[in-house]
Amino acid sequence: MITLDNLTKTFGPPENPVVAVDRVSMEVQQGDICILLGPSGCGKTTTLKMINRLIPKTSGKIFVGGRDTDALDAVELRRTMGYAIQQIGLFPNMTVEDNICVVPRLLKWSDATARRRAAELLEMVALDPAVFLRRYPRELSGGQQQRVGVARALAADPPVMIMDEPFGAIDPINREIIQDEFLRLQQTLRKTIMFVSHDIDEAAKMGDRIALFRNGRLEQFDTPNNVLAHPANGFVADFVGADRALKRLRLLFVREAVDGAAPAVDSTDPLDRAVQLMREHGHERIVVLDATRRPVGQLRLPIIEGCHGTCAERIEALQATVTPEDDLRIAVSRMFTHDTVWLVCIDGDGRFAGHVTQRGITRLLGKTHRAPAQAIPRESVA
Amino acid sequence: MAAPVLSRRSVALLQPFAIVVVIVLGVEATGLAGSILDHWGDILYLTRQQIELVAISGALAVLAGLPLGIVLSRPAFRRIADSAMQTLNVGTTVPTLAVLALAMSFLGIGRIPAIFALWIATLLPIVRNTYVGLLEVPDHLIESAVGMGMKPSQILWRVELPNALWVIFAGIRTAIIINAGTAPLAFLIGGGGLGQLIFTGIALDDTGSILAGAIPTAIIAIFADFLISGFARVVVSRGILPVE
Repeated sequence: MITLDNLTKTFGPPENPVVAVDRVSMEVQQGDICILLGPSGCGKTTTLKMINRLIPKTSGKIFVGGRDTDALDAVELRRTMGYAIQQIGLFPNMTVEDNICVVPRLLKWSDATARRRAAELLEMVALDPAVFLRRYPRELSGGQQQRVGVARALAADPPVMIMDEPFGAIDPINREIIQDEFLRLQQTLRKTIMFVSHDIDEAAKMGDRIALFRNGRLEQFDTPNNVLAHPANGFVADFVGADRALKRLRLLFVREAVDGAAPAVDSTDPLDRAVQLMREHGHERIVVLDATRRPVGQLRLPIIEGCHGTCAERIEALQATVTPEDDLRIAVSRMFTHDTVWLVCIDGDGRFAGHVTQRGITRLLGKTHRAPAQAIPRESVA
Repeated sequence: MAAPVLSRRSVALLQPFAIVVVIVLGVEATGLAGSILDHWGDILYLTRQQIELVAISGALAVLAGLPLGIVLSRPAFRRIADSAMQTLNVGTTVPTLAVLALAMSFLGIGRIPAIFALWIATLLPIVRNTYVGLLEVPDHLIESAVGMGMKPSQILWRVELPNALWVIFAGIRTAIIINAGTAPLAFLIGGGGLGQLIFTGIALDDTGSILAGAIPTAIIAIFADFLISGFARVVVSRGILPVE
């Protein structure tokens, strides 16, 4: 959808140029969020702004939807791309409605259509149109302004969005909320998004692809999991941080780590059976289910060894559970909180879906760590 | 706490009338009311004349000052903006009396040189506030506008001017108050106006006559300011107006 081909930007005199962006080539697929990531001055914002021609490029090509953007008028091009920036840039003289209607009106939509669109978009970003359409930007909180900024960028339903640290100016709690909302929107909208960030956590969370820049060069362009698992070089490894294995936990889900074949006993089963199953599987704990396969508690081997009777007599409460949709960060966090290496996984109906163990998670991280390296030999990026 | 009897808005509306009442009561207290009212016929005629001077020169200053300020704020002209502003400063720092004399020397006597001189004296605050107001529109608003695909003229009309409008109006108000306060000087070069009562009063040592010219001059200034600020509140977006 968006292809950069040897994109270069130099500033200053031709005899002694400062290279801001150095022969960057990359391709972003339709419907993907590509995060341009890197420290300040790495060329990520310059690269972004060359796409909508806020900064003229020095050389190279930019294709959007297969068309060379040089062939398009800059103003027309920008109207086909949603644009959101860190300072939000809502026009203080306009109501929320007029702000959202800016591009539709530039595109000569009828007033009624533009207004209907504005109301629809406010709903989409979780703001009540009846309350907010008539407000002015200064009557909104930072988070609300940011939502309107996103709504405005989406106004004319552009296939491409250009976002320059759009959630950079919000407090961490609201940022998480807005990021989640945005990802939910993106699941239905499937826009192709170029998104500048300097925050590896945001990049790992939001990105389908991460393009990591240093000194105007593209150091690595890969999925967040691969960037974290296989940093292309020392710079990337440093940038993503020594805790990159922990960051990957967020990208993997319980459903990938769950052992669905884990044994379980019925509360009416004799304790002997529980002991036998645990010994067979080498487990210290086993989950107890009711007649509808819903977990009701657990048994621990050291406690029930040598006891007789039914499982129901020795049952202990389950401390924590996870669902297949939880990410592994949540699972590991629960393990630490409850001082356990074992969690029961419950599906959407409350039924037993297997268990997650610390060893299972470690093994998964190791597996996904090695798999792509065998599949695709990596090109050296230099 | 009890609710205020009058809202802030009605206080603002009543302010100029209150000032007039205070002036009238003050005059009454000095016992000069009678000698002022002796000039009633002149007051009415000359006030009208002075309002015309102020309105015409003020309107021309707005008509010239706004475009000039806009042009100077365009990127292509920013390099010369400072020197242009200095030149206009000269127009303000040279005493208006001198400007009047100069205007008379090449435009003759009468209303035209008077209007010209008032125009010069009024121009700078309008140009300067227009220029500064436009420059102060935050860069990220302009960047947003460009990024959304607005053309330069659309950015000027839909983003820059609306957001600079309150500052521009502040300049116009300052300018018109200077204008209205300076207008009596027009009499000196045959431009008419309330200067006739003031300068005659000075010459004849007739306080009543001086006040008969000075009080309407002040009232014109107050009401001109009142009208312009009222107009500004209607024209400027509620999203820009200072919070009351």
